[in-house]
Amino acid sequence: MGRRTALAGRMITVDSVSKRYGRFLAVDDVSFECRAGQVTGFLGPNGAGKSTSMRIMVDLTPASHGTVRIAGHRYVDIPNPGRHVGVLLDASAQHAGRTGREVLTLGAKTMGLPDSRVEEMLDLVALSATEAKRRVRNYSLGMRQRLGIAHALLGDPSILILDEPANGLDPAGIHWMRGLLRSYAERGGTVLLSSHLLHEVERIADELILIGNGRIVAQGTKQELLQTRGAYVRAQEQEALADALARAGVHAVPSGTGLRSDAEAEQIGKVAATAGIALTELRPADGAGLEEMFLQLTADSQRDTTEGVAA
Amino acid sequence: MSTSTLAAGGTLDFTGTRAVPLSRLIGVELRKLGDTRAGKWLLIGIAAITVAVITIFFLTANESDRTFLNFVGITATPQGFLLPVLGVLLVTSEWTQRTGLVTFSLVPHRGRVVAAKVAASLIAGAAAIALALLVATAATVIGGSPEAWSGIGAHSFGKFGLLQVMGVLQGLALGLLFLNSAAAIVTYFVLPTAVSIVAALWTALSDVWPWVDLGTAQQPLFSGGDLTGEQWSQLGVATLIWVALPFALGVVRVLRAEIK
Repeated sequence: MGRRTALAGRMITVDSVSKRYGRFLAVDDVSFECRAGQVTGFLGPNGAGKSTSMRIMVDLTPASHGTVRIAGHRYVDIPNPGRHVGVLLDASAQHAGRTGREVLTLGAKTMGLPDSRVEEMLDLVALSATEAKRRVRNYSLGMRQRLGIAHALLGDPSILILDEPANGLDPAGIHWMRGLLRSYAERGGTVLLSSHLLHEVERIADELILIGNGRIVAQGTKQELLQTRGAYVRAQEQEALADALARAGVHAVPSGTGLRSDAEAEQIGKVAATAGIALTELRPADGAGLEEMFLQLTADSQRDTTEGVAA
Repeated sequence: MSTSTLAAGGTLDFTGTRAVPLSRLIGVELRKLGDTRAGKWLLIGIAAITVAVITIFFLTANESDRTFLNFVGITATPQGFLLPVLGVLLVTSEWTQRTGLVTFSLVPHRGRVVAAKVAASLIAGAAAIALALLVATAATVIGGSPEAWSGIGAHSFGKFGLLQVMGVLQGLALGLLFLNSAAAIVTYFVLPTAVSIVAALWTALSDVWPWVDLGTAQQPLFSGGDLTGEQWSQLGVATLIWVALPFALGVVRVLRAEIK
C-alpha cells in the first residue's frame, strides 16, 4: 500500500436521497458526507434504510430522488470502480459452491489484478490455505465476513463501503477489524460502515450518522453526539433537595440513589446552597453514553415496538 | 502497490485506471461456468454425453449409416438439452446466489456484464460443437461407411450451429427474463411441448403455426437440404417471438432491476 495524504476531502456525498417502494418510504431525504481519513459509522436498527442507502451509493438500487457522488463522480462513471471503492454489502451473498480463493480470484481477474494479490488478501484477513480451499457454503459467518473484507480491499481502494462488516465476527475478530479500519483511515482512506449495534461502531467511528425509519435522526462527530446536558446530584436529604429544586423551577427525576436534572451543575449547586442542603455528590451527567441516545433516537422511529426497549 | 492514492481536496486519481475491457469480463464469465461443482459437472456431462452418444451410435448403427453427418447429428439433441442450461445458470446464479451484488458493483454497466455472459455461453457452445466434430471425425475415420464423407457442405455445419446458438440464446433469454434458475429451465423444456400440444389441438390455425411454433419452424434445420425462402421467414418470425422478444424483455429487466 502506498502512502496516502490525509486530507479532509469529501469522498462520499449523499444529497437528499430518497427511495420509495410503492407507498413505503425506505429512505427519506438522507444527506450526509464521508471524509477522507475518517471512519463514518452508519448506525440504526434493522430495517432503518442503511442497506438500501448503501446499495444506492453503488448504483445497485436506483434512487427515487437525490444523488450520490463519489469524490464528485457518479459511481457508474468511475473506471474499474473496484480499484477505487471497496464494497461489502452482504458477506453471505457469495456462490455457496465456490471456494474462498475462487471468490477472490474472480474479483482480482475482473479488476485486472495479479493472482498474488489474492494471496496477500488471504494473509491479511488470516484465512489459511486450507480454509481458502473450502467452499463458501462451509464457512461460518465470521469467515464470510473476513472473505468479504478481503474482497473489498482487493483493489487497494481509497474508499470502503461496508454493510454490517462486524456481523458474525467474534470479539477477537471485531478487535482485528477495528484495528484494520483504523489504520486504513489513518493512511487517508475513507470508511463508511454500518451497524445495528452501537458498541460495534462507538469505538471505531469518528463521525456517526444515526438513521431510523429511513430518516437521519442525528449526525455529527462522536464528541458532539456524546455531549450530554444536565447534572447528577445526590444529598442525604433527598426529598428536601427535590422540593427545593421543584420550587426553583428546576426539573429533576430520581436516578439511582440521586437525582438527574436537565439543568447544569452550577444552577443546582446554587439552589442547594440557598436552601441550605448539604450535597454529597454533584457532577455533570455522564449520560448512559451513546447507548441511551441510540435507544432514544431510534425507539420512536422503530418499526416494531420492541418490548422492554423503550428508552 | 497503490493504484488509487488520494489527491488533494477529496478527489480520486483515475490516471492509470482504465475501464474493465469486455475481453476480461468474458474471461471471468467463462471461468464462472466451471468454478463451482455444479458448473464443472455440467461441463463434464456435456462432454461425456457427446462422446457417449457418438460411441453408442458407432457400435449400434448399420455400417451404411455411419456417416460423418450422422455422427455429428446424433449430438444435436443431447447438446441442445444441456447447452442452454449453461446460459441459464450463468445468468440466474447472480440472483439465486446473490453474487450480483459483487458482480454489478465491480461492473456497474450491466449491459457489459450481460454481453460478457452471452459471449461466454456462445464460446462454451462452440467448444461443445467443436468437440462433437472432433469425435465424429475420429469415429468416421475409424469405422465410417465408404460414403461417410459425402454430402458435407458449409450449410450442414451452418444449420447445426444455428440450432445450437438459438438454443443457447433462448436459455440466456429465459434466464434474463425470470432471473430464477428453476423457472427458466422448466420454461425452456416445457414451453415447446406446450406450444406443440396447443398447435395440435387448435387445427383452425394450422396455417399460422409454422410461423409461431419454434419447434415446427426449426424442423428443416434437422433435415438435409436447403431451406426455402418461406421456411427461412418462418424460422425468423418464430425466433423473433421465442428468442429475441424474451431476450429484449430480459435485458430491460436486468438493466432496471434492483440488485439486492
